[in-house]
Amino acid sequence: MSLRKHDFRENGDKIDYILTIADNSLILGQRMGELTGHGPTLEVDIACTNIALDLFGQVRSYFQYAAQLAEKSCTEDDLAFLRTEREYKNVLLVEQPNTNFAYVIAKQFLFDHYHFLFLNELQNSNDATLSAIAKKSIKEVSYHKRFSSDWVLRLGDGTSVSKEKIQKAINDLWPFTQELFEPNEPEEKAIDLGYGVDIAKLQEEYKQAVEKVLIEATLEELPVLEFYQRGGKKGIHSEHMGYLLSDMQYMQRTYPGMKW
Amino acid sequence: MSEKEIKNLEAIFEAKIARDEKIEPKDWMPEKYRKTHIRQMSQHAHSEIVGMLPEGNWITRAPSLRRKVALLAKVQDEAGHGLYLYSATETLGISREELYEQLHSGKAKYSSIFNYPTITWADIGAIGWLVDGAAIINQVPLCSTSFGPYARAMVRVCKEESFHQRQGYEIMLTLANGTPEQKEMAQDALNRWWWPSLMMFGPTDDMSTHTEQSMKWKLKRKTNDELRQQFIDQTVPQANILGLSIPDPDLKWNEERGHYDFGPINWDEFWQVVKGHGPCNKERLQTRVDAWEEGEWVRDAAMAYAEKKAERKVKQAG
Repeated sequence: MSLRKHDFRENGDKIDYILTIADNSLILGQRMGELTGHGPTLEVDIACTNIALDLFGQVRSYFQYAAQLAEKSCTEDDLAFLRTEREYKNVLLVEQPNTNFAYVIAKQFLFDHYHFLFLNELQNSNDATLSAIAKKSIKEVSYHKRFSSDWVLRLGDGTSVSKEKIQKAINDLWPFTQELFEPNEPEEKAIDLGYGVDIAKLQEEYKQAVEKVLIEATLEELPVLEFYQRGGKKGIHSEHMGYLLSDMQYMQRTYPGMKW
Repeated sequence: MSEKEIKNLEAIFEAKIARDEKIEPKDWMPEKYRKTHIRQMSQHAHSEIVGMLPEGNWITRAPSLRRKVALLAKVQDEAGHGLYLYSATETLGISREELYEQLHSGKAKYSSIFNYPTITWADIGAIGWLVDGAAIINQVPLCSTSFGPYARAMVRVCKEESFHQRQGYEIMLTLANGTPEQKEMAQDALNRWWWPSLMMFGPTDDMSTHTEQSMKWKLKRKTNDELRQQFIDQTVPQANILGLSIPDPDLKWNEERGHYDFGPINWDEFWQVVKGHGPCNKERLQTRVDAWEEGEWVRDAAMAYAEKKAERKVKQAG
């Protein structure tokens, strides 16, 4: 199935906006779920699985709402599992692989700080459902932010080995953060119509919040880069995405139209 | 301590057990009691942790968001069970590191069932239904075992396990009522998991070495064969509701005994897996060892950070 087959009419933009938000949680949750059973300690394993659970919970709320807005029948699972790679709108940051625990934390940390500021504003959306989802989710995300920031501190100000690893992960992932603050078309429309968040305005506060943790973690200040990576929000993903989707979509693609 | 004093302590200890009172970590206990409990409880904890792997294998591929969330939560519960069982074992004077070392070196065992591969989604249903079902039958009697921390941990574990079992059965029910392809997937999973599930109760009573002592300490209240029979009697009607057939041509109701008769278990296969030569023994252990070794720098960092933080606090206070 391709979403293009659906006729969204006037809700099309709003659905695209919801997918732009929800796909980040979906793909980050999928990555976090890969870690379950393989964490560095049992306690961390449990905490990371909790984050994945929260993210998928949010995804379900968003997708159920989007499915309800779609004029043709469509379910949360159609949206999660049956789009083509080009139809996923998540940022490149969240699809990056779990190269090691430093990357798991750095990715989560860089996303969480954005996610928190974003949900804080989404609470003021003139769309009552989006505002309600934001109000519920921000409590969870404030915990995620604390968890990942605490780990940036531990790894940054831990041993020389951990410092080197987390610094490298932050350096490698930082170029993916600019995209978080660059609206795609559905986001621009959402901002105009008052149900979306003006993400560009969050960037300064984001940088300050991230930098504060990095400094406390005795890590380097954020670099000002000449070049950033972008594309996910327009459906142009990294090569990692196809493999992630092959796993995620395996059952739905192999056994079309069945209930599980 | 004189021999007389020890005898006296032993008498107090045994009287306590006879009165169904709990033995607590600070109470005096015979060395054999301590060792047996460390062995059994850690084996149980290791089973929870290794048991996360075959199911975790399907987290990224779960067929719907609802199933994905339920599976993540289930595997997380297992991590939680592992955590309280390790903690309960630690009260007997052994560290978590030592327990891990025993697992990683192959010295400690874990439930052999987890050395079978999960090759289809229906295996996730079959594990919940059969493996958790068998585990509950094994574990419910432990809720009233003599060692307090173990008994209390088991109360919580059993509650969660019975939720998992219902969830697994519900997956099977959905498949059994689905398309022919789904029903076939469910039947195939039952075929592969049935016999290994029966083996979860351990060798037959005449071959079992630990039973008598364990009965005395209430680590066991029924024998392996009794528990196995209970599992079969309970599970056959459930399979009938699913419209699936148990892969045992000798299975039939015995009016006189009031139980199902069943065919011979392949004990050669059982011993093959127990001795480390099952389909996934090497992989499972290696995965645990890898997670531990790859996490070493993370644990070191957390420790170093905690120490630095404590030092700073002392300096500030000074």
